[in-house]
Amino acid sequence: MPWIDACALVDIEEEDLVRLDHEGRTYAIYRIWDEEVYCTDGLCTHEKVHLADGLVIDHTIECPKHNGQFDVRTGIAIRSPACEALSTYPARVADGRVLVEIP
Amino acid sequence: MRLITFPMERDYSLTGPERQNAFQRGLAGADWYRTPVDRKVLKHLMKRTDWPATRDISIWVAVLVGSGAGGILFWGSWWALPFLFVYGVSYASAADSRWHECGHGTAFKTRWKNDVVYEFASFLMMRNSVVWHWSHARHHTDTIIVGRDPEIAGMRPPQLIVLCLNLFGIVAVPQGLVALARNAAGILPSDEADLIPETERRKAVRVGRIHIAIYVLVAFVSLWSWSLLPLVIIGLPRAYGIWLLLVMGLPQHLGLAEDVLDHRINSRTVLMSPILRFIYWNMNYHIEHHMYPMVPYHALPKLHEVVKHDLPAPNPSLWNAWSEIIPCVLRQLRDPRHFIRPQLPEGAGVWEPVQSNLTA
Repeated sequence: MPWIDACALVDIEEEDLVRLDHEGRTYAIYRIWDEEVYCTDGLCTHEKVHLADGLVIDHTIECPKHNGQFDVRTGIAIRSPACEALSTYPARVADGRVLVEIP
Repeated sequence: MRLITFPMERDYSLTGPERQNAFQRGLAGADWYRTPVDRKVLKHLMKRTDWPATRDISIWVAVLVGSGAGGILFWGSWWALPFLFVYGVSYASAADSRWHECGHGTAFKTRWKNDVVYEFASFLMMRNSVVWHWSHARHHTDTIIVGRDPEIAGMRPPQLIVLCLNLFGIVAVPQGLVALARNAAGILPSDEADLIPETERRKAVRVGRIHIAIYVLVAFVSLWSWSLLPLVIIGLPRAYGIWLLLVMGLPQHLGLAEDVLDHRINSRTVLMSPILRFIYWNMNYHIEHHMYPMVPYHALPKLHEVVKHDLPAPNPSLWNAWSEIIPCVLRQLRDPRHFIRPQLPEGAGVWEPVQSNLTA
């Protein structure tokens, strides 16, 4: 899969995320601290709500609609009503840009 | 344009014809209107911390223990009554909002603290914590969408006698016990099965068994000691202390529209005194809560200030709210299609609902 230039690192606040729409799919890109970044699918597996409006707490993303939670490192659902894991994708920082490897 | 007419009486079950109707009309799992809030402001409002809930839960537990101890100490004399009055309200009316907030996972930053209080408050409220977790998630997905929302308290035409009896849990407590006993027997009726995924159902049965086992034990102790006191302390407060919750909580949606995708139209914000807001954990800011359920209870007054320009004017008091609700509910007895249309302020965001394409 190709690496996609998603955004500048400074476009994402620490402990926050942004939405990336690519090839008809939605992804969520997280910046936890400094250059620690992650990428997952952008829709909650419970009811397809955009996670970009959610809250990042440590390594957790909380869905804005029903407060289901996922670990952004593994995609594992850690609080219901989220039960099914999110898909995760490699992400890294190079020259101040956030790169993600997505289909 | 397709004209939709409703029958005088609607089927509020989750498996009846209204369910299909909600899907056909794009009302199930749809996008809802939200007053835009700057992301930085929202992040600040959503921020989690343990302190406010630790303080408030400590006060609540102290009041529960103190008033309960007073009730036990003075049992048999009239002096027990004021203690049991406070105990009952703390046990049932105040537990509901703790149940609710910890169910959302927003009261504490620390997850296990939310979970412990949620399970405890679920027990006090005679609610299966698993069933009601999923029920409340649906209430947020499809608020007051008939055939989808399991938590519609104000059905039309109104069941006034039931509503009045439930001020003292006369219908709701037996119903709650029967529901728990059914779960304990391994049965999830169709409305519950509609809400709960397969993977969670065993948990629901286990919770039902634990709750029922405790109530059976308390009833046994009561019989063995030939005293009502054990039941007055565990179980019966859900009946004699629930009235304040209904006074505060029914105005959340009562008398307002069904089947709309805008919480400004189907929910109500009522201003209340600090004491009531402590008991109710600010759930009087109900439109705000539905728009942004990630904002913890202690930040709801600030959220109200941020979004109020886009919301109907709040009812200034509970008295004012009930003054508009009671005539509406009485009229619904003869005209179930009647409801209150809140007035949005000039310049308020336009409601352009994006309907869902989900299928049943």
